[in-house]
Order: sequence, then structure tokens, then C-alpha cells
Amino acid sequence: MGGFSWNWQYAIACIPQLIEGLQLTIALTFLGSILAFVLGLVWMLLRLANVPILSPLAALFVEFVRGTPFLVQVYFLFYVTPGLGITFSAFMTGVIALALFNSAFIAEVYRAGIEGIHKGQWEASLTLGLPVRRVWTHIILPQALRIIIPMLGNYVIVMFKETAVLSTITVMELLAQAMDAGFLRFRFVEPLTMAAGFYFIISYASARGVRLLEARNAARA
Amino acid sequence: MTGNASLIDYLPFLLQGIPVTLEVTFYAMLLAMPVSVILALGRGSQWRAARWSAGFVIETFRGTSALIQLFWAFYVLPFFGINLPPLAAGVLVLGLNEGSYFSEVVRGALGSIMAGQREAAIALHLPRRYRFFRIMLPQALPIMIPPFGNALVGMLKFSALVSLVTIQDLSFRAGLIRTSLGESGPIFAITLVLYFIMAVMAAFLVKLLERWVNRRAGREVGPLFASQRAMTTIPAWALGAK
Repeated sequence: MGGFSWNWQYAIACIPQLIEGLQLTIALTFLGSILAFVLGLVWMLLRLANVPILSPLAALFVEFVRGTPFLVQVYFLFYVTPGLGITFSAFMTGVIALALFNSAFIAEVYRAGIEGIHKGQWEASLTLGLPVRRVWTHIILPQALRIIIPMLGNYVIVMFKETAVLSTITVMELLAQAMDAGFLRFRFVEPLTMAAGFYFIISYASARGVRLLEARNAARA
Repeated sequence: MTGNASLIDYLPFLLQGIPVTLEVTFYAMLLAMPVSVILALGRGSQWRAARWSAGFVIETFRGTSALIQLFWAFYVLPFFGINLPPLAAGVLVLGLNEGSYFSEVVRGALGSIMAGQREAAIALHLPRRYRFFRIMLPQALPIMIPPFGNALVGMLKFSALVSLVTIQDLSFRAGLIRTSLGESGPIFAITLVLYFIMAVMAAFLVKLLERWVNRRAGREVGPLFASQRAMTTIPAWALGAK
């Protein structure tokens, strides 16, 4: 055991910087999630609509995104888009990368939610002669959302943890701030451990929340 | 364009990253599988100490970012006098992380085997070890193969993170070429395609494994190249078809 000791004074001195990073992490997660929910819907609708060229292209895009590492996608977006004449800030690149990457998985969540509805629901709606719009808005979607929303919650937690990768493209989120504090004194124990603690507290509490939501939905179903 | 010529010069250097990526993935999965079984058994154990320690490991690795775990192993463990070589640190973190996630799959698969199987084995007075290795595990393994495929592809992508602790894998080399070439578009595009090809191949190999196991178990196997599964449960009339 080298000369290790936990320095509380240093640990407390790091807190304001870590909180600053945490705020950015939460902002990234929030914006990334909303954009990912919308993009995921686009991919699913394209797949449903079966448009000649567009639908297979969307399917290929989704497969490609799912088969490649987030880190390299982030690099690609960060270093390549300026060459195409589009310049985003590191923060915006981070939001777009998070959203693009996760939307591919979220499209599957929507699909699973709708496919999970029993065939009898469709048959009953047809038998009752309900208008198609009513079937979707009053029968199918309310039931599908009960499955979809907790799953989306899980992906928000995944995104929250993935934001750490954005430290590699100079986004000063939680991990980047912790490393910054560490390099200042060349002492990483306190900032990295506390940053890990921040990640843990938020994602554990959120996961508990999602589990409660699932249990409540299961009880109502 | 001179840029293209020099990119081709760098290609062999980039390709040398493939075995490194595969090596990290292989070792990390090799660690993750027994870890996931041990954690799953720990969680279901009758000892409180085992349940708690397995729960602690699982929640810690699932509750924080993989990258911060990696940096912690790389920058903080030396403070405790533990100096791991980068490859060991990378494999350890990736393996324990994936093992924590996969333990849920193992638990579900073991739990899905009917209670009757366990009860019959107990009634026949089969020893504990025999019950687990010869009755429960062989029936749970086929159920775990599709999620194993997902985990393998996940690990392939996940392994890119080790490039940030100086391991010269595919991603590391791509970054290095970018800095010396000053041109990033093609190099990262090629890298993404290489990862994608590896992921497709890994998924295909697992699919072959799944078919082999199912056939041996006397189950029916579908066609190898099934067309993209259509949205079967949504009737055409609901999609606006006349």
C-alpha cells in the first residue's frame, strides 16, 4: 500500500468544479435524450412506411450505428463535420452524437412497445368498427406507452453514463472536470472517486425510479 | 490528391490495430462470462454476505460510466500501490463491467428453467455440484446464446475505450493517423466500417453457434438468412392500407 491517504480538504476543494461538470453532463443528457426520442421515432416510422429508397437506407443506417463504437462516432462527428463546412461547438457535437447513436436503439424500443400489444386488441378494434385514428390514440398507444416509457427511462440512464466519452472531444463535463482537477495537482484519487460517486448516485436513484414505474405499470396492466 | 496516397501508406498501420481490438474483446469476454455466473449465483445465494457483495459489485459497475472506471483503474489504483499494465487494467474493467450486466441475463436464464427440474434433481438426491453443472447450466446455456451475441458485439464496440489508456487498438491508431496526417474524414470512415464488419461477423458466428446448439438439442432451426423481420403484429388496415 503506497503512501495513500484520502485528503478531505482537497476533496472538498474539488466539489465546485465537479458540480460545474455535472451541470453540463445533465444538460447533455437532457438535450441528447429529447433529440434521440424524436430521431428514433423517425427511423421507426420510415421503417413502417416502407418508402422505396428511404426505408432501406434508414434500416442500414440504424444497423451501422448499432455496430460501431460510440467513441469513434464521436471522433468522426467532431473532426469531420468542420471539413464539410458545418461547424458545431463541442457541446452541440456531443448532443448530436449522443442522440444519433442512441436513436438507433430507441427505434427498437418503439417497435417492441407496439409489437408487444396482443393481436386481440387489433381484432377487437376492427370488430367494433373504430376509426383507425381512434384505434391508435385510444387503444394501441396508451398500452404501448406503458411498455415504452420505462424502457426510454433506461436509455436516458445509459446516455447519462455515456456522456463521459464526450470528455475526449473537449466537452468539459463531469469526467473532464475531474481529470482537469486531477492533472492540476497530479492527484486523481479524490476527484475521480467523487465524480464516480456523482455518477453512481444519480444513475442508481434514476434506475430505482424506473423500476418503480415499471412495477406500477405492471400492476395496472 | 496527395492526401489519398499517404492514407494508403498508413493503412497497414491501421489494420495492425484489428488483432489488438480482437485480443482485448476476447480476454474481456473470457473474464466477463465466469464473473457473470459467479455474480448471478451470489445474488441468489442464501448467505447474506454473498448477496450483498455480489450486489455491491453489480451496482457499482452498472451505476457509473465505464470510462471513469477505466480511468480509475489507470490513474487511481497506482495510488494504492497497484500498478496494472494498461492491457490488464482495460481487460479487468471491461470484463467486470460486462460481467455485471450479463449477470442479470444469467440469473434470468437460470430462473427460467422450470422449478420442476430443480425439484426433480433434489428428489433424486443428485449432489449440488452435479445439479448445477449437469442439470441447470446445460439447459440455461442455449437461452443465453442470443444475449451473449449482443454482449459480444457490445464488447467489440466497448473495447474502443481502451485506446484512451494507451492501448494501440484500432481506435488508438486511427487517432494517431489523424494527428500525423492532418486529415480525418476518410480515416475515421474506414475505421467505422472496419468495426462494423467485425460486428457483423461476430453476430454471424454467434448465430451459427445458436443453430448448432439448437439442432443438437433437437429443436427446429429457421433459415440462416431470414429477411428483415417485418412488423407482423400491426395489421395493414391500421397503417392506412385500403
